[in-house]
Amino acid sequence: MQKGSTSTFDSPRVRHLLPLPRSWANYIGRKLIRFLLAVQGLGAFALITLGVLITKFTFARRVVHPLVFQQISRAGLRLLPMFLFIAVALGLVVIGQTVSWLSRVGAIQHPYLGSIMVIVVVRELGPMLAALLVLARIGTANVVELGTARAMGEVEALEALGIDPMHYLVVPRVLGMAFGIFSLTVYLILGALVSGYVWAFLQDVPLRPGDYFSQLAAALSGIDFVLLGVKTLLFGFLIATITCYHGLAQPLRLEEVSYATVRAVAQSVIACVLLDAICIIIYLAA
Amino acid sequence: MTTRSTEAIPAIEMRDVTAGSMRDMNHIVARRVNWTLPAGAFCVIGGMQGTGKSDFLFTTAGLIPPVEGSYRLFGNDMPIYTENRLGERLLLGLVFDGGQLFNHLTVSENIALPLRYHRNLTAAEAAPDVQRLLEWAELTPWADSTPGAMGRNWQKRVGLARALMLRPEILLVDNPLAGLDLRHRAWWLNALRELSNGPEWNGGRAVTLVVTADDLRPWRGENRQFAVLQEQQFTWLGSWDAVERSPDPRVQELLALAPASEG
Repeated sequence: MQKGSTSTFDSPRVRHLLPLPRSWANYIGRKLIRFLLAVQGLGAFALITLGVLITKFTFARRVVHPLVFQQISRAGLRLLPMFLFIAVALGLVVIGQTVSWLSRVGAIQHPYLGSIMVIVVVRELGPMLAALLVLARIGTANVVELGTARAMGEVEALEALGIDPMHYLVVPRVLGMAFGIFSLTVYLILGALVSGYVWAFLQDVPLRPGDYFSQLAAALSGIDFVLLGVKTLLFGFLIATITCYHGLAQPLRLEEVSYATVRAVAQSVIACVLLDAICIIIYLAA
Repeated sequence: MTTRSTEAIPAIEMRDVTAGSMRDMNHIVARRVNWTLPAGAFCVIGGMQGTGKSDFLFTTAGLIPPVEGSYRLFGNDMPIYTENRLGERLLLGLVFDGGQLFNHLTVSENIALPLRYHRNLTAAEAAPDVQRLLEWAELTPWADSTPGAMGRNWQKRVGLARALMLRPEILLVDNPLAGLDLRHRAWWLNALRELSNGPEWNGGRAVTLVVTADDLRPWRGENRQFAVLQEQQFTWLGSWDAVERSPDPRVQELLALAPASEG
């Protein structure tokens, strides 16, 4: 709006009809438009990534496939010791609280331990915790690396050499993070289930290993395995896409890399929570 | 990579091309450029710092499309963003001012990357070509170093070797002499002269060269063509004699302000 011009929103009648003060309406409108533009940009970036992944899967495989394995190692294998520690701690937290609560309500035989472990660890905490830890360790590094490469002109150098930056920089990270989060989630869940039993044993819970694993087997269904796989792969895809988008998609100056990292982390967490909510709805509907 | 005889067809042909800046396409660096460069030519584009020489070179390299006008490379429309004509675009190589090397790769890996990527080679298969360019650019002692461990003088040479790996027919070199000491300046002048004459390792094939410079005097020599980019105007001058005789105040300013250099 030009300075000095009279807006339709300035008329007393319209001002009276607005549900919020004008400054608030402007603020919310700006935020909404920014959100929609971010969704549009991310959606386009994700579609381009998928397109490149499919059409160039075998192209330059002697260069790109080793990069994929390198990223799987980085977002998976190298984080395994930390995840095993987290798994042991997670088993303690869940079993410790559950046994304490069940004892208080008089369920001495603890027939629900297995079910609770499946609901809490397999369906919810395991995948989400794995995704957030990989986001913190590798996702942030992605934004900094790619943002710095962008700011230093390395992306233009790739383009000048006819190398597709999406193929060389993004695809390995997307595949690496998707398989990394999937694998780490599996290890985290297995570790938490086993350590959960160990903690229950140390707390003198009268539960034989066979009974515990029977409870786990009874609580698990086919859809758990399907959704676990799909959810963790999608967590990896989302986090890698969002972090690569913020590192690569906009021309950056070096001083903007830290802001891009903060935005990428916030959007990744929101995306993962939304995906988790969709999975809960599918569980409830199934 | 396709190679072909292109003697009769201009290597670069621009008609009314307006070029924007890489950072902001609305910022125009050159207006209505009409420029024809025959294959095998050695062209030097002069201009003060900040006049948009690099952005004009990026447009010529196909990194950014012209804002308007027609740009033909060897008689065909420049294949910008056209995946299935990548081979044609790779007839043109670009050397950046700062080298723009990949900091996570060693010097050998930087040089090998374009060849390995486009021909799907292992590092061992690309090694003979890499070694040849390492030796030519006197980079062998730096082969296993990362760019961060090298000085700017040497980084620029790595950028040149990397751009030559795909044996381009046209080589665009952005301000190669900027910030170099005398020894490296002499090396670059000799190296580009050798490329222009057709080096033995390139099968005797001359490379069409376009070089930008903020000082034209080191580039005077036979068979060199000169142009100036100042205040959004691309002015074709021709030979060095024409540069010296030019009454254009922008050219005179460029020559008058240029620091003394070796000839």
